[in-house]
Amino acid sequence: MSRESTRFDRVPATDAERPDDDSEQVTREEILVFWEDRYGVPRSVFADHTFWERGAGKIWIFRGDAPSPVDIEGLGMTFLRTRQEHWKPTTDAVQRFGGHADQRVIHLDDDQAATFVAGEDQEITDWDGDWGYLVVTHDLVGESEPMGVGLYLYGELRSQVPKGRQREL
Amino acid sequence: MEVLDRYESIVDDFEAFTAACERPLPSAVRVNTIKTTVERARAALDAEDVAYDPVDWYPGLLKLPDDQPGTNWPYFHGWIYGQEEVSAVPAEVLAPEPGERVWDACAAPGSKTSQLAALMDDEGVVVATDSNLGRLSALRSNAERLGVTNVAVTHEDARNHSLKPFDGAEYDRALVDVPCSCEGTIRKNPDALDDWEYDHVKGISGVQKGVLRRAVQATRAGGTVVYSTCTFAPEENEAVLDYVLDAEDCRLVDFEIPLDSVPGITEWPGGEDGAGGADGAGSDESDDGPREFDPSVEKAKRIYPHLNDTGGFFCAKLEVEG
Ligand SMILES: C[S@@+](CC[C@H](N)C(=O)[O-])C[C@H]1O[C@@H](n2cnc3c(N)ncnc32)[C@H](O)[C@@H]1O
Repeated sequence: MSRESTRFDRVPATDAERPDDDSEQVTREEILVFWEDRYGVPRSVFADHTFWERGAGKIWIFRGDAPSPVDIEGLGMTFLRTRQEHWKPTTDAVQRFGGHADQRVIHLDDDQAATFVAGEDQEITDWDGDWGYLVVTHDLVGESEPMGVGLYLYGELRSQVPKGRQREL
Repeated sequence: MEVLDRYESIVDDFEAFTAACERPLPSAVRVNTIKTTVERARAALDAEDVAYDPVDWYPGLLKLPDDQPGTNWPYFHGWIYGQEEVSAVPAEVLAPEPGERVWDACAAPGSKTSQLAALMDDEGVVVATDSNLGRLSALRSNAERLGVTNVAVTHEDARNHSLKPFDGAEYDRALVDVPCSCEGTIRKNPDALDDWEYDHVKGISGVQKGVLRRAVQATRAGGTVVYSTCTFAPEENEAVLDYVLDAEDCRLVDFEIPLDSVPGITEWPGGEDGAGGADGAGSDESDDGPREFDPSVEKAKRIYPHLNDTGGFFCAKLEVEG
């Protein structure tokens, strides 16, 4: 089996720093706008973090900075899938930062939350917000807590919790 | 249990020691303060009727007398991490500060990496190294579940750890939690001693010396290195310290821990049975014959299972000089 690349490149700050030969190259500015416009996560939340691309489109988030490119096995945590039509946050990114979201947040009751965490799709009829990747929350000891990402389409919420993170609760 | 007989001459109350080694150890969890507070994690366990006993010396370390940590809401949210009580000691002794550069030399599966990150409020950097790719992938998923963003992971032999990825920056602190013969985990893993071999003990001691030495070299003058094992074997503990005191510019320093412990030993009869090596030709370095260690190894701490009803552990704190 071929190994994943271990090269991490710091995501350029803006269009002006984007390499000419890669018009698809995502920028820090685009990432900040994505979280702010879609989910309402203020850009200040990421002020102390840098963004890194490893392989095509996989963005990692790292607290602090490093020389770029850097050849290493991991740098912070996986954060966002780009270079595809619909960018997709990771479960772990949403658990860590999704508490700051106030848009495209769908709140589940206890049974629905258990279904979601088990990795199952479910019908949800009372969602009148946008379709696409949503931040999925539930109540845990009296507060709303983000669990991960769901894909909402045609009245159905498809759990995006990766296999290894799924649990029967 | 015969393997442990080799320690009869160095353990006071040997009967209590062996009796404790035969008692199973309940699991324990550490609350991950990167994602929640101790109060909320405890409330979430209460809500699922998971019983726990807080460990008095570490806020957020909870023993679970009846449960395994893996299947409940706080686990899914990365609020708790399964970690035994003694395993929480070395990161406390290293005591990293937010913003520092820290090396975790033998890091997988990341119990102490994520604890270090939490002690640092996820600020600064923890470089987490391991030579085993499979175990590194467990480290990565553990760190991600816990929401750690200040960890950089390297796959290499820690004895040859390279500072190149970060332009040669030295560390403020390093944790050297080496691979070992794991004798002290016998309560959690009753098979721990089945494959015990004296040759393995002697062999792994070479790796331990190499990793500790590299950690001292990679840490700035005035910085701190903590060495830990979960074994009782002096060949893997005091002998390793004795070696590095000679080989590198560093010294052992006193430290306090909130658990009962005994000082490191300065004399060891040696040999497979702990009663003195049979082979008279053994030089000091062969680890076979009787050994005397640098007197300062007394500053290290041996934690025996019967002292605090935990697993077995060894921990030493060094300061890098020059
Ligand atoms: C006691 S375990 C570490 C436990 C870890 N510190 C934790 O708290 O989760 C020892 C680790 O050392 C690794 N190891 C063994 N030889 C090594 C070497 N030469 N360089 C780096 N890591 C090594 C093993 O793969 C193993 O993961």
